[in-house]
Amino acid sequence: MSQPFRTEKGGRIDRAEQLSFTFDGEEMHGHKGDTLASALLANGVHLVGRSFKYHRPRGIISAGSEEPNALVGVYRHGDQTPNLRATQVELYQGLEAISQNRFPSLGFDIGAVNDSLSRFFPAGFYYKTFMWPKSFWDRVYEPIIRAAAGLGKPPKNPDQDSYGNIYAHCDVLIVGSGPTGLAAALAAAETGAKVILCDEQAEFGGTLLSETSASIDGKEPADWVTETIAKLSAMDNVTLLTRTTAYGYFAHNFIALAERVTEHVSKPDPKLPRERLWQVRAKEVVIAAGSIERPMVFPENDRPGILLAEAGRTYLNRYGVKVGHKVLVATACDTAWQAAFDLADHGVEVAAIADMREAPPENLVSIANARGIRVESGCVVTGTLGRKRVKAALLGRLMTSGQVASAGQIECDALLMSGGWTPTVSLYSQSRGKVVWDAEKGAYVPGKSVQNERSAGAAKGLYGLQASLEDGYAAGEEAAKAATGKSAKVTYAASTGGDAGSGGTLGAIPHDRNASTVKAFVDYQNDVTAKDVKLAVREGMQSIEHIKRYTTTGMATDQGRLSNMNALQIASGALQRPMTEVGLTTFRQPYTPTTFGLFAGVARGDFFDPVRKTPSHEWVVKNGGVFEDVGQWKRTWYFPKNGEDMHAAVARECKTVRDSVGLFDASTLGKIEVVGPDAAEFLERMYTNPWKKLAPGRCRYGLLLNDAGYITDDGVIGRLADDRFHVTTTTGGAPSVFSTMEDYLQTEWPDLDVWITSTTEQYAVAAVQGPKAREVIAPFIEGIDLSADAFPHMSVKEGTFCGVPCRLFRISFTGELGFEINVPRRHGKMMWETLAKEIEKYDGTTYGTESMHVLRAEKGYIIVGQDTDGTVTPQDAGMTWAIGKKKLDFVGKRGLERPDMIADNRKQFVGLLTKDPKVKLEEGAQITAAGNPATGTPAEGHVTSSYYSPALDRNIALAVVKNGHALEGKTLYVPMPDGSIPVEVTGTVFYDKEGARINV
Amino acid sequence: MSDLLASDLITPDAGESPLLNQGSVSILKAAPIARLSFRAREASLKAAGSVFGAALPTTPLACETAVKRAALWMGPDEWTLLAPEEDLKEVFEGIEAKLGDEPHALVDISERSEAVIVSGEKAVWLLNTGIFIDFSLDAFPVGTVTRTIFHKSPVMVWRTGSDTFVVEAWVSFMDYVAGLLVQSAQELEAA
Amino acid sequence: MLLIYCPYCQVERAETEFHCGGEAHIARPADPSKASDEDWVEFLYMRTNTKGIAAERWRHNNGCGRFFNAVRDTVSDKFLKFYKAGEPMPDLEAIAKEAGK
Repeated sequence: MSQPFRTEKGGRIDRAEQLSFTFDGEEMHGHKGDTLASALLANGVHLVGRSFKYHRPRGIISAGSEEPNALVGVYRHGDQTPNLRATQVELYQGLEAISQNRFPSLGFDIGAVNDSLSRFFPAGFYYKTFMWPKSFWDRVYEPIIRAAAGLGKPPKNPDQDSYGNIYAHCDVLIVGSGPTGLAAALAAAETGAKVILCDEQAEFGGTLLSETSASIDGKEPADWVTETIAKLSAMDNVTLLTRTTAYGYFAHNFIALAERVTEHVSKPDPKLPRERLWQVRAKEVVIAAGSIERPMVFPENDRPGILLAEAGRTYLNRYGVKVGHKVLVATACDTAWQAAFDLADHGVEVAAIADMREAPPENLVSIANARGIRVESGCVVTGTLGRKRVKAALLGRLMTSGQVASAGQIECDALLMSGGWTPTVSLYSQSRGKVVWDAEKGAYVPGKSVQNERSAGAAKGLYGLQASLEDGYAAGEEAAKAATGKSAKVTYAASTGGDAGSGGTLGAIPHDRNASTVKAFVDYQNDVTAKDVKLAVREGMQSIEHIKRYTTTGMATDQGRLSNMNALQIASGALQRPMTEVGLTTFRQPYTPTTFGLFAGVARGDFFDPVRKTPSHEWVVKNGGVFEDVGQWKRTWYFPKNGEDMHAAVARECKTVRDSVGLFDASTLGKIEVVGPDAAEFLERMYTNPWKKLAPGRCRYGLLLNDAGYITDDGVIGRLADDRFHVTTTTGGAPSVFSTMEDYLQTEWPDLDVWITSTTEQYAVAAVQGPKAREVIAPFIEGIDLSADAFPHMSVKEGTFCGVPCRLFRISFTGELGFEINVPRRHGKMMWETLAKEIEKYDGTTYGTESMHVLRAEKGYIIVGQDTDGTVTPQDAGMTWAIGKKKLDFVGKRGLERPDMIADNRKQFVGLLTKDPKVKLEEGAQITAAGNPATGTPAEGHVTSSYYSPALDRNIALAVVKNGHALEGKTLYVPMPDGSIPVEVTGTVFYDKEGARINV
Repeated sequence: MSDLLASDLITPDAGESPLLNQGSVSILKAAPIARLSFRAREASLKAAGSVFGAALPTTPLACETAVKRAALWMGPDEWTLLAPEEDLKEVFEGIEAKLGDEPHALVDISERSEAVIVSGEKAVWLLNTGIFIDFSLDAFPVGTVTRTIFHKSPVMVWRTGSDTFVVEAWVSFMDYVAGLLVQSAQELEAA
Repeated sequence: MLLIYCPYCQVERAETEFHCGGEAHIARPADPSKASDEDWVEFLYMRTNTKGIAAERWRHNNGCGRFFNAVRDTVSDKFLKFYKAGEPMPDLEAIAKEAGK
């Protein structure tokens, strides 16, 4: 198929390899080496999308990542990735792309009515239009806005691609591989420094790839690039990354790079990630990000066919594509002239060069004359014609009065414009550097370095090929020296051509049109016009930050890289303040839009978070247990049998534990071994309870507070020897308890001779609870006399279980006779399976966390974090018995004495019984004194735990209630949507109040 | 293998098939060993080292190895002592006997963690998919041992050869660590 | 992601290995029973929340496990000094001056 705008020869595309692709279903052809944008242009397609607000036809404007208009959807794995810049999408065989923001089609779009209605959509219209009536917001305004807003459509299916991550360190990171970046890489690499060179494009070389009128060391610039890259890739100390955008510069020279690994491949290898996040710590950074050409803000400057001049040159020289057959070049600076010359040399008719300067450089004029190109100086474009593609431009003559006089109309099918150049200071700005205004260059350039970086070449406003090369070498040398202290001698390449040029303009171009009706776009993607910026100022926006948010200028995906300078100039004029006083918005990460997939990386599916399993896991899976997530742990929730639902399973499990015996996996409980001569002293200081007199072989319940006096954790602590304790913590509290202990040990009491070691995963723990517990474990335990006298409640001893060493605790969280057996973790499976089989002899049951909760609630045992919320003291919880009264100090003791901790009206831990035993309260429900409290009545407290109790055959609840301890026997209410539930305040122990069952 | 540190101690688990065995990198489960956490003040180090058989290094992130022994620096008062499983009791009781009342803490943590051996020319690359440490040989020479973070899991990394690392994690984290290592290595098999 | 030097491990590591513990040099009163309510509230809750040069606690929790202190410019995130727990608070003003603040 013909590509009518393809040049005869030249460019870096592979003319031998033809690729077919579709755009909105229409099949077209391009070549290997094309971007989607260059291929579309080769096929004469300029109209590629509709604008955000007015749905105006829009075309490709740039050749790089700053592209504001040509946002397309590209299909991959049957789903589309929206909002890709066609200028960055590399062509591959079979690529399917679609245009966006149009309905029903790109050519005919209903939303385009917005354009004619644009007087109703001025800057800030969101803030004005939808203000009233308030009730319209939910039902009318928001749905309309949602339907109309946004570009592209999000993919519907889960992302089928994988995303990689790599952490890297280097001496010198160089961002950008134009002449400056390559020279910097050569200079730095030569010293032996570890260098990473990255470039967002598919090939290294930057502007050198489209520079055909210069030479470096006597070679074509592109050939010099090839040689340079070959040289660099042969060096072990150099990492070369193409298709890699440095999108974020963070603290301490931490730079994030997004590498597109298979984005450009027709049939990507599923083993490869789609993208890879490089998290780089660089000792030094060279920002060689170049500069971006500025659009000219003239009326109707957004028609398809209007491009930046250098983009036109790039399409021509790099991709072999003519942007039109008759091209008008409008400029305010020298560089665009070369685009005209190159086009003419490729046989393209140049309609004219309209330079707004009164006297463009004579040498350029004479070159133009030699090529027979019409030159108009002091001439601007004041408007354009054509609906879906520009077909003519209106010219205007700049008068000395400042007025513009019409200078007729000129036909063209493409218009190249250049308002001058803006250094890319995004990364510098992200590094928290402050840009400074350089009046001579007419640009904001990087100021003082805040981090270990330097901008070089065009990124700091230094233009011209030779100057860029030299600055690059110098930056590379300096960076390597700073990073490694080493330097090396490098021979600088010498170039000819690629001169810097001069000129440039900022702000709106003067014209002779009706200023209140024409649209001259400042920010293409967000449809912000010069008029909008002025309106924002008229409506009181003074700061550029406010103007930005009011108009949304600079808030598009390019973050204003194209628009900021023009917007600033317009705002400055409207505010009648110099531009430097208007301020500049801050560039933030990411430099270009970055996918969520890249950020998520491997953290998805099975690897979203570590899934921690206990040694019983396999057995539980096999036996139909249901798991619940407790932090990262998988714990068994309940064990349904014969089609039981959860309620039935839990009722059976609880009943079986009380009647016979139950087996529970307690492996996840935190375990800390506290060892050293001062172990008892340390625990004495950490926990509320006394420890010094606890005899080896005995255990005690320990309550841990913070220094404010609030309960933070609890657990049983066994003394194994004078200088060795086995501390248990809650499952979730294990890491924080350990860290808190280390904190006090290291920073408050470094003199104590005691050390703590986490042994959570050293042991697997099985809890055997119930009247038959002793019989169940007896056959397997050796070396421990299990009789009630020799091994009473709250004992610990070391022995063996089935021949493997164990630590046996006689403790109970159920109120029944109970044991917890700790064996080395690898024997946990054996222990579990042995006991699970043994309990069958007693019609016992395995039980899960839900039954564990019910059983403990029947006994009124608290669960830290459920019944306490960080504001509950031991007094509040009715646990003053756990406080060592004679202790002079422990963590939290002083806190407990503060007046507000002993004041009246504190919420206290109580039991609640619904008057109707069948009614179950909701956990978290509020409690009031009156049955039907008036609106605004503060609650007296709330329900913390609520269960059906099989032992009592009724519902029970635990709660915290103001002055609850004094309210025992009183009636309170739990107001719910369908009526208030009367409850009686009780003690917290519902079952076996005397505690007889535990001591058998 | 003989040029690796502690090659008589850190050995692939013969009973396990390789988690990954690929031209440029392999991941092998290590056979169980005895691990002891030793905590003490400087005065006790010499005695502990002499009875253990390998000196306790005082250089940060360093290790000392001897025949079937390795002492790893974990912190300024913390060492992990490695020995063959069958020597656990001997080592434990030996140190306890030698140090007597001298303040110290010795805790058996043999079962707390598992180790994999990551080896091959792509080993550093593979570790760097999840660990933010510069593993170049000048920054992380052979013998260096450190705790760190692999994605979201705490791990210990010990370089026992220029291309060989022992990666240890608490047992319940090992599925995550080994799983991610294997998954990340997949792309090395791409054409 | 900050780059933090651990004075015990004597290496720089990524922030993910560390945990910030807030303002440094807030000592728990040696005899809490003698502390007034105001003193205790001061110890528990009152922090200077400095904008600028501040000393703060860090723990190398995914490393050697040690607590140490660091002087950081909370505006620029620049670390100006790292030192071991127990060492006295350095002269923050002198450090600020040296850093050109």
